[in-house]
Amino acid sequence: MAMRSRFALAVRRARISTGTTSSRAALRPLTQARWKSTASTEDAEGVAKGTTGTSKTVKFTSETYPEIKRDPKFAQISEDHVRFFKELLGKDSAVIDGVTKDATDDIEPFNGDWMRKYRGHTKLVLKPGSTEEVSKVLKYCNDNMLAVVPQGGNSGLVGGSVPVFDEIVINMSRMNQIRSFDDVSGTLVADAGCILETTDNFLAEKGYIFPLDLGAKGSCHIGGNVATNAGGLRLLRYGSLHGSVLGIEAVLPDGTIVDDLSKLRKNNTGYDLKQLFIGAEGTIGIITAISVHCPQRSKAINVAFFGLESFEKVQEAFKEAKGQLSEILSAFELMDRPSQGLVKKVTNNKQPLESEHPFYCLIETSGSNSEHDNEKLETFLEYVMENEIVSDGVVAQDETQVRSLWGWREGIPECLGHWGGVYKYDVSIPLSELYDLVNETREKIEAAGLKGDNDSFPVVDVVGYGHMGDSNLHLNVAVRRYDKAVEKVLEPFVYEWIAKRSGSISAEHGLGLAKKNYIGYSRSDNMIGLMKQIKNLYDPVSLNHSSRSPPR
Amino acid sequence: MSALRILVPVKRVIDYAVKPRVNKAQTAVETTGVKHSMNPFDELSIEESVRIREKKSAPGGVEDIVAFSAGPTKAQDILRTAMAMGADRSIHVEVKEGDDLEPLGVAKLLAKVVEAEKSNLVVLGKQSIDDDAGQTGQMLAGLLGWSQATQASKVSFLEGDKVEVTREVDGGVETLRAKLPMIITTDLRLNEPRYASLPNIMKAKKKKLEKKTLADYGIDGTRRLKTTKVIEPPPRQGGGKVEDVDGMISKLKELGAI
Ligand SMILES: Cc1cc2nc3c(=O)[nH]c(=O)nc-3n(C[C@H](O)[C@H](O)[C@H](O)COP(=O)(O)OP(=O)(O)OC[C@H]3O[C@@H](n4cnc5c(N)ncnc54)[C@H](O)[C@@H]3O)c2cc1C
Repeated sequence: MAMRSRFALAVRRARISTGTTSSRAALRPLTQARWKSTASTEDAEGVAKGTTGTSKTVKFTSETYPEIKRDPKFAQISEDHVRFFKELLGKDSAVIDGVTKDATDDIEPFNGDWMRKYRGHTKLVLKPGSTEEVSKVLKYCNDNMLAVVPQGGNSGLVGGSVPVFDEIVINMSRMNQIRSFDDVSGTLVADAGCILETTDNFLAEKGYIFPLDLGAKGSCHIGGNVATNAGGLRLLRYGSLHGSVLGIEAVLPDGTIVDDLSKLRKNNTGYDLKQLFIGAEGTIGIITAISVHCPQRSKAINVAFFGLESFEKVQEAFKEAKGQLSEILSAFELMDRPSQGLVKKVTNNKQPLESEHPFYCLIETSGSNSEHDNEKLETFLEYVMENEIVSDGVVAQDETQVRSLWGWREGIPECLGHWGGVYKYDVSIPLSELYDLVNETREKIEAAGLKGDNDSFPVVDVVGYGHMGDSNLHLNVAVRRYDKAVEKVLEPFVYEWIAKRSGSISAEHGLGLAKKNYIGYSRSDNMIGLMKQIKNLYDPVSLNHSSRSPPR
Repeated sequence: MSALRILVPVKRVIDYAVKPRVNKAQTAVETTGVKHSMNPFDELSIEESVRIREKKSAPGGVEDIVAFSAGPTKAQDILRTAMAMGADRSIHVEVKEGDDLEPLGVAKLLAKVVEAEKSNLVVLGKQSIDDDAGQTGQMLAGLLGWSQATQASKVSFLEGDKVEVTREVDGGVETLRAKLPMIITTDLRLNEPRYASLPNIMKAKKKKLEKKTLADYGIDGTRRLKTTKVIEPPPRQGGGKVEDVDGMISKLKELGAI
């Protein structure tokens, strides 16, 4: 009885929360593993309405972008190749073979991406179970000129995790073991295919936390996180993976095993080569394991949610938060009104604040002493209210409210996909101008007559949200269908706008297929040349991500 | 119709989202260093009381909403929350951690509070999620000789001090009608509690919080029940994963199922 009522409560009160354990269990790590539904209204396990849709309805990338050509130097996959892989990997489940038989349904999830924007033609998915197997697979591919694409949880947002043509998908989901954890130093060594949330739950039991958290935690892999150098919700507090990753084990395209699984925080003996793999998006090798320094999990967590009348006020609030909350501030997230309006529309949940505001912020504090934190937070809250920096706000009184407030931020990406698709720009620009980009983009889309309330308009809305604490904005255009007319208004406009301000056209999502051609807006020819040298050094035949790299 | 003087008892419990653990001595659930919050059912009680006032649903209006808690000093935090949600004032009776009252003790105490505060409606949670006794409301009704409507999913007011309460029961809903004074206990579907807003949190600081003792009410908090041992439920025999159909068949054979 008690159990039942507890659960019912969870479903009712934590509607767009990060979910209950039972919904976590429902995630299939192997398949396309759409990000766990935080947007479901009724059923904790339900997939959000709208964002599903079979990948079959998605156009092939090769049709959407006919200018991308398959490099003829790569071989076609033959039955002999398949036989080799089957013998090597042994288990039936380790090879999804669409070459010698029809396996369309089983393979589709590996061909399509989370955004339903990209779709490849692969006929072969391999799931190696050990570093040695990865090495043998890659060596064989290299020797036989077979192109590959490494895949983690397939939650990437730039089309990097799925093939364009018939590249073999090397999916890491079977490498999902925690190798070791040191209770004193907090050093975790784990396979690349461990799911972020599962890993974090393991650490929570020991009083530690993974130094990264993001909305896709229920499906993304820690190896994928490192490969994309994901930033996420708490970079403000725990810093970038370039700092917290202590070691990497990876396999180069020729099969060489890079055994740099150091557990040391300090190791100034030569070049720090592991850094090259962090954020390389699988272009120079496949990460098979990582060693990461995990901080102590905070006991006292507080979350406040504000409404503010202008972006100037948001900046003031941020400045005050840093000043007054300093070491306990662990997240400062920004959401504009349109983004919250869409979450409301999709989830139909009651909004935290009674009235509407142009901007919303979510502030989180984490510390070790709740009395100390509460005192600081209260002083801060009083200050921002009394000085009219924020117009209204609420404070979570319990853990359930903490989760549902977070739901209004974490639920955005999924809810935006509700109507069909999203054009995503993940940019870094100086804070003072951060939101101007959204306003200007919205004006342009409106001026072009592309935005409206019914099906004849491709665009639903133009929204801005993101990691304010890291000067990282997500400019998202929610659409009913991907449409060249929309794309023309957005590009290269957005990129030029960013380049003018010396910003980054990809702050945390990477280049993938979506941004690869635009690298020049954020990096000089010189830098691109140096990157090409690295690529050619480690992957001379351009095996990994054949159609994507090296960056032009 | 008489104006309502509502008493809302609230309890500080281990946060609903925290997994409770048994202490090393196996005498109770571990409470030190664990996040505590207001019992979720009590949030519903506060919310309902405030809504009755805001929606003017009681013909005689609401004269007073007082939140009450018996518990450690920290219970004052949840009284502040109750006041931030809309209670007018609150009363705290200090009861040391570990000396927790039993449902009957709480009910006897509440009966005295009702008398002192001249309450004519008591809205309680149907249970508190820490020990799930689900008895206090009923015992209080018995002690006072008042009508009771438990597990309310809807509360409305009629002429002549009559209150109509809908409660969900197995296989449908049941509608009860009773006259004030009465006891109502709340169930999940009653409402969705609001967040405590910043302006209201600040206002709540200025609201009155009276500090009392059991002795003030002439109550002896001695326990009549003795807990001999607290243990975790046996761990669930977790299911194993098999790689494929062959794996499944051999597993079933191994278990002698086929
Ligand atoms: C709802 C949602 C919210 C998100 N929020 C954030 C956010 O806040 N911050 C942020 O930075 N990102 C965010 N992302 C995107 C983020 O990049 C991915 O979620 C995650 O880091 C990728 O991990 P993955 O295992 O899914 O990798 P995949 O999507 O499978 O792959 C991503 C890239 O890494 C490569 N790759 C994957 N695994 C390996 C490996 N073992 N070795 C080498 N290369 C590999 C792939 O080839 C691909 O290029 C979000 C995504 C979603 C869907």
